[in-house]
Amino acid sequence: MKGRPSAPAADPASPMDRRRFLKASALAGGGLVIGITLTGCGRPADRAAVRGAGGQPNAWLRIGGDESITIVIDKSEMGQGVYTSLPTLIAEELDLPLSAVRVEFAPAGKDYVNRLLGTQVTGGSTSVREAWTKLRTAAAQARAMLLGAAAEQWKVDVGTLKLVDGAVTGADGQSATFGQLAEAAARREPPADARPKDRAAYTLIGTSQPRLDTPSKVDGSAVYGIDIKLPGMKYAALAQSPTLGGKVRSVDASAAERLPGVVKVLTVRGGVAVVADHYWQARVARDALKITWDAGPNAGLNNARILAGLKGAAGTPQSARDDGDVAAALRAGKRRVTASYELPLLAHATMEPMNCTADAKPDGCDVYVGTQIQLVAQATVASALGLQPEQVRIHTQMLGGGFGRRLEVDFIPAAAEASKAVGAPVQVIWSREDDMTHDAYRPPAYDVATAAFDTNDALSAMHLKLTSPSITARMFPSAVEQGVDPFAVEAAANYLYDVPNVSVDYLRHEIGVDVGYWRSVSHSLNCFVVESFMDELAHIAGKDPLEFRRALLEKQPRAKRVLEEAASLAGWGKPPPGHFQGIAVMEGYGSYLAQVAEVSVVDGRMKIHKIACAADCGQMVNPKIVESQITGGIVYGLSAALWGEVTLEDGKVRQNNFDNYRVLRLNDAPEIQVRLVASTDPPGGIGEPSTAVVAPAVANALFAASGRRVRVLPFAAQRGLV
Amino acid sequence: MTTLRVNGQTLQTDASPDTPLLWVLRDHLGMTGTKFGCGKALCGACTVHVDGAATRSCVTLLSTVAGKDIRTIEGLSKDRSHPVQRAWVELDVPQCGYCQSGQIMSATALLRRNPTPTDAEIDSAMAGNICRCGTYPRIRAAIHLAAELIKTGAEA
Repeated sequence: MKGRPSAPAADPASPMDRRRFLKASALAGGGLVIGITLTGCGRPADRAAVRGAGGQPNAWLRIGGDESITIVIDKSEMGQGVYTSLPTLIAEELDLPLSAVRVEFAPAGKDYVNRLLGTQVTGGSTSVREAWTKLRTAAAQARAMLLGAAAEQWKVDVGTLKLVDGAVTGADGQSATFGQLAEAAARREPPADARPKDRAAYTLIGTSQPRLDTPSKVDGSAVYGIDIKLPGMKYAALAQSPTLGGKVRSVDASAAERLPGVVKVLTVRGGVAVVADHYWQARVARDALKITWDAGPNAGLNNARILAGLKGAAGTPQSARDDGDVAAALRAGKRRVTASYELPLLAHATMEPMNCTADAKPDGCDVYVGTQIQLVAQATVASALGLQPEQVRIHTQMLGGGFGRRLEVDFIPAAAEASKAVGAPVQVIWSREDDMTHDAYRPPAYDVATAAFDTNDALSAMHLKLTSPSITARMFPSAVEQGVDPFAVEAAANYLYDVPNVSVDYLRHEIGVDVGYWRSVSHSLNCFVVESFMDELAHIAGKDPLEFRRALLEKQPRAKRVLEEAASLAGWGKPPPGHFQGIAVMEGYGSYLAQVAEVSVVDGRMKIHKIACAADCGQMVNPKIVESQITGGIVYGLSAALWGEVTLEDGKVRQNNFDNYRVLRLNDAPEIQVRLVASTDPPGGIGEPSTAVVAPAVANALFAASGRRVRVLPFAAQRGLV
Repeated sequence: MTTLRVNGQTLQTDASPDTPLLWVLRDHLGMTGTKFGCGKALCGACTVHVDGAATRSCVTLLSTVAGKDIRTIEGLSKDRSHPVQRAWVELDVPQCGYCQSGQIMSATALLRRNPTPTDAEIDSAMAGNICRCGTYPRIRAAIHLAAELIKTGAEA
């Protein structure tokens, strides 16, 4: 998950959803607009506000009199494929070839609020899950309106009509394009009883349609935030406090201001901005600034202090789960096992460094940015400029990677402030060093797992105590329930195994620096703990790690199934000579995944040969994109498991570029096999979960290979291992 | 003024001679297909060809490339018909896509000097290009596919 609810999550299939207020209207110049007013559930004031905003702020589908068919997507494209998968849901209902539609990013607006997360946000592996019923139902209504318009025109029964390639055709050879029918369709009442197609009728859903964004991404024409160019635009580089959380005390800009191209130096939110005619001029001038910083409360902060703080954190842990009587079962157990785990801070390191372009005018501001969180971006700029949110227009661009980093808005307001100050559009670009040293890092954690076997040698108790800072307490405080950040206990509170006594406690311990949602969030912490520990228990019990898990998953058929499928895909128990295997399984985002890692250890050095993953993510929209997400998540998770660690010294981040924050390269990438389990369950999320499962699979394979149990990540922290 | 030859065109820029080629292309000449990733030749997102060789434009100063033949992603083909682009499309290689201009430019330079690379040769030629989305398995497959296309007569 990445980005959570200030409003309660809604069930996408709830009755309110089915009563959703669908709005259809004529498009200027003749055409049909299908909008969905999500705020319409018994709150007429919101509906009025939407109408009053003018235009079609809630549009999802526009059929123009000019034959254009535009699908508006509310989610940001950051590689996960929404630019293709969401239009697929609409095209399916309209029997349109996917190649016939244009795709547009939605503006910021209440009608684009992600109902699973409570704000307009791309995160939490929710995009398809949230759209599944909503978009198909809206498109089914559009379908009925187009058919109804044609039936009325031709005075025939609707049942005799068909949709073919963007036209309605009749039994007697009549034919009219959607564009020709659009105006008449727009005058019809949206039918309340339109239902999406049955699964058996799918022609697009479940097939690997080519991605709609591929062509523009192989010829350089795709436009990311950093590619925006506006007439008269200036560029800015930002100097930020070297110490996290520090502030500007004084600035001597005299040398910088004399350099070529420099337009202005100003103090903005987040640091000192140097605005110049060209970016490189701004970068050079930034380095000529003489700034005195107030290091603030993090002066002296380092990793040893952070870890000691997590280990010694005082306070009463809050319960995230408490089944049976764990204390009694631990006392009564024949054998008690305990282990502790340490997980580091991690940077997101998206390929496109943070950037934002703003064009501030007296009556409002246009913001061009790759963001995962439009309404918050809008509110942040409004607050920085003293505007009303609706005066700020967010133009979402392609994201050169998100991974949760672009849920933060720290890189956004400086552009707006600088633009206002110089009276021209300004693009702020962070350097890679700015980006890596000023991230909102994946939280570190110190976790203790304790289990007991009873007198029958059965696993009778499982206790997890998780200590980490809370992301959600900073970003969406109202979503923290009774002291438990739901995004700190994932893959733990839903402990899958059939053990009679299970408790999961969460102790929030802040470390002084901001932590953020990082692909798979706390799954990446807790899956390592739970699945490493289960492996330890299997070995203690003298059982095969696969069999040990399988026996405890009888009540979790989907988890058991992927475990078996991954084992079969990997050839569990029959690795090549000198190779060893480790396994891990997880449920996350409504999807089930298991991975088998195959490694060898020669002279104490580990080599990862293969990762085999089986996944059941429910009904798939586009299996090829699902597979890409799984593969990519494994690569992302492997980078972190092998080398990922952000360390602080005197409150400053030591890693600042790809030479000292190592990530997986093509020559490091093991073979990755993916098996997708066919499923008729509702769609689960698939953008994140595979990231979390790979580290424990590798750790367990390493143990099989060497008897060495690594409970501290990254593996590189073990001298000579990787 | 510096005179540059980019994608077969002769262009003039008033950028300072110590400006990295990357920013001359993106900011002064408006060719934004070449990407900024790290600024230190560590990630390969900015890869272009200079006299046919894959070159990290983020650390290549303008003064060093005056008069040389520079090719960017925009100049690879007019219509995505270069075999490497065709292979990339066929296998839907990109995810976020940000690193892909650099990946494609590195791959085309590789195939020009070695039309039938082995996996090990691909590893070595592509190790300088990072992809955080993890498209590596498809990149490798697409390079092999592009090699096939070239062998069967496609123009590289």
